[in-house]
Amino acid sequence: MGRFRLQDTPIVADARGARLTDPANGGYVSFEGWVRDHNEGRAVRRLEYEAMSGLAEREGERIIAEACARFGVAHAVCVHRVGGLEIGEMAVWVGVAGGHRDEAFRACRYIIDEVKHRVPIWKKEHYEHGDSGWVNCERCATHAHDHDHRHDTPHAHGS
Amino acid sequence: MTATLYGLVLAGGRSRRMQRDKAGLEYDGRAQLARAVELLTPLVSRCFVSVRGDQQDDPQRAAYATIADRLGELGPIGGIHAAQQEHPQAAWLVLACDLPFLDAATLQQLIAARAPQRLASAFRSSHDGKPEPLCAIYEPASAPAIAAWIAAGNKCPRSFLAQADALLLDLHSPAALDNINTPEEYQQARARLGGGGSRSLRPLKVRYFALLREQAGRGEEALQSAAATPRELYAELQARHGLKLAPEFLRVAVNDDFGSWSQSLEAGDTVAFLPPVAGG
Repeated sequence: MGRFRLQDTPIVADARGARLTDPANGGYVSFEGWVRDHNEGRAVRRLEYEAMSGLAEREGERIIAEACARFGVAHAVCVHRVGGLEIGEMAVWVGVAGGHRDEAFRACRYIIDEVKHRVPIWKKEHYEHGDSGWVNCERCATHAHDHDHRHDTPHAHGS
Repeated sequence: MTATLYGLVLAGGRSRRMQRDKAGLEYDGRAQLARAVELLTPLVSRCFVSVRGDQQDDPQRAAYATIADRLGELGPIGGIHAAQQEHPQAAWLVLACDLPFLDAATLQQLIAARAPQRLASAFRSSHDGKPEPLCAIYEPASAPAIAAWIAAGNKCPRSFLAQADALLLDLHSPAALDNINTPEEYQQARARLGGGGSRSLRPLKVRYFALLREQAGRGEEALQSAAATPRELYAELQARHGLKLAPEFLRVAVNDDFGSWSQSLEAGDTVAFLPPVAGG
């Protein structure tokens, strides 16, 4: 089983089940991303995540390998939901275990930040009035903006 | 009695926005002036090319029967006027030379629906609903009205048709009259037409995600394309599906890994264009 997984069923943040436990590990850090009921001033009713699965898993695995090498942690996993999610559901879980807390915190932060910016997963928000929008995409239309406007949305694509 | 139909291909433009002579732009290795003349010739009794006075010796134009403008630089309406003065008995099917997507079926639709008892027969623009003056039939009876229109200081043939007694048709093929004015539009048109001339079509697969999937109306498709790179392929798909995301916001994936806009595409490649991501 890869260290980065996509699944369309609820995430169970189970460090032991994910084999993060090891007698050499003194610290475990996890991050859970939850579906929020608002974004950029708009009330959100539910979300959909769509992924390009093969490439998403490959890029996610690369990120975890980078984190382990860079911060010297032994064990890390990341699970991301796809499909429809309700408010309050867990959208993403990152679990990192290492010898000490500092490298575990830093590796966990690195993984979630890179996953958000690099892995081909898209989020569609459904709003209270029945409309919807793809996050980070709606301002990218051809001719729909002037050039200055292009820079106020952070579309970080990769490192 | 219905007047005999002559053809007039307009090639007297200044091509200012294109920054090179539009008549010589090539699709599939053929200059668009030649394409337009070949398209029109079988459908009319005689076919002429409309030129400015200073273009009569241009080799590309001199290969055809030409009619030179008489009234100076009036643009297309000056060309129509000159043709009507030269052959007043004829009805004129007037065609701009910069319509790379025009096909014989569209011209046949116009000819079949022609209303000879009115001043003109034309299509409605699929973009703004206004008359398309440069793929239209002008009957002999329109000549005095056009001369008067010019004498009153007007130049715009579209405005002429809008106020004239003209039959307006809806295009069966809505993109047939899309024209091109800039180098960017030229490149897009070449890609859309399978453009490099000598390049052959290859089978490719395209996958669409998120907003692009919705705009394309499909998650994937198999197609034949002459696009050499993902950049050319995206231009082709943008035109075909009306994709509204600008390429500078997208990443490319080829065969399930990230790729570049300029890499060479091979037969059988699977290409995806990735909108800005938003995981987490």
